[in-house]
Amino acid sequence: MGDGSGGRAKMNWSDFFTMGGYGFYVWGSYGVTALLIIIEIIWVLQRRKALLNRLARMSRLSKG
Amino acid sequence: MAFAGINWFKYSSPASFYPVAGKMIPWVASVAVILAVIGLYFSFFVAPTDYQQGEAYRIMFIHVPAAWMSMFIYVVMAGYAAMGLIFNTRLSAMMASSLAPTGALFTFVALWTGALWGKPMWGAWWVWDARLTTELILLFLYIGFMSLEAAIDDPRRASRSSGLLAIVGVVNVPIIYFSVKWWNTLHQGASISFDKAPSMASTMLTAMLLMTFAFWMYTIAMVLYRVRCEILERERHSEWVMALVEERK
Repeated sequence: MGDGSGGRAKMNWSDFFTMGGYGFYVWGSYGVTALLIIIEIIWVLQRRKALLNRLARMSRLSKG
Repeated sequence: MAFAGINWFKYSSPASFYPVAGKMIPWVASVAVILAVIGLYFSFFVAPTDYQQGEAYRIMFIHVPAAWMSMFIYVVMAGYAAMGLIFNTRLSAMMASSLAPTGALFTFVALWTGALWGKPMWGAWWVWDARLTTELILLFLYIGFMSLEAAIDDPRRASRSSGLLAIVGVVNVPIIYFSVKWWNTLHQGASISFDKAPSMASTMLTAMLLMTFAFWMYTIAMVLYRVRCEILERERHSEWVMALVEERK
C-alpha cells in the first residue's frame, strides 16, 4: 500500500493501522465520529429512561 | 393514487405517531448498522489507495457524507419548522427540535474530519475559506436553535422563536453548497455534481454513498427515538400518556 499502484494484495494489519503514515488523521476522524455517535445513542437512551421515571413519579403523586 | 387508501393525516397527530415511530425504530436502526458495516468494508478494503493523497483520502468517506447530512438535516429541520409555524401542527415543531442535535453532530464531524484531512493535505487545520466558514456558521445555527428553544419555558413560544431562527438560517445552506463555485476557495469543488460524470473511482463513490445512507438511516432512528421523548414530554397531561405510564408499572 501507499506505492501509488493501489496494491491491495500487500494489505496487512500493520498497514491497516498506520494508514500509510496517515494513521493519526484517519483514525482520529473515524474514532471521534464513532465516539460521538455512541455518546448520542447513550444520551437519547438516558433521556427516555429519565423521562419515563419522571412521568411515573408524577402519576404516583397525582394519585396521592 | 396508491396512497389514497391510507389517511396520512392520521399519523400527524402525536398520539398516533408515537406507536408508529416505536415500531419503525428497530428496522431503521438495523438498516443503518448493515449499511455502515458494508460502507466501512468498502471504505477500507475495496476502495483503492488514492494516487495523490495516499490513505488520507479515506477520511472523505465520512467527511463528505457528514457534510451532506449536515446541510440536508438543516433543510428538513427548517421545513418542519415552517410547517409548524404555518399550519400550527404540534408534531412538526417536535420533529424540528428532534433533528437539531443529530444535525449539529454531523456538522461537527464534517468540520473535525475536514481539519484532520486539511492538516496533512493543506498543511493547516483550519483556513478562513468560504466553504469552511459557512459550515462553521451552520454549526452555530444549530447551537443557536437548540439554545433558543431551551431558553424559553413555554414550549409553544419556544418552538415559534426557534422555528423562525431555523427558517431564516436556511439561506446559509445554498451559500455553503455553492461557496466553492462563487468564491475562489481552497476547498475543492463538489464531489458529485449533476452536470458531469463523477471524477472518482466507482468503488469510492459506492463507499461514499453507502456511508451517506448509513448516516441517513442513523439520523431517522435517532430522530424517531427523540421525537417519542418529545411527544411524551409535551403531552404528559393527556389521557393516553397517563394510561401509557400506568401500563408500564
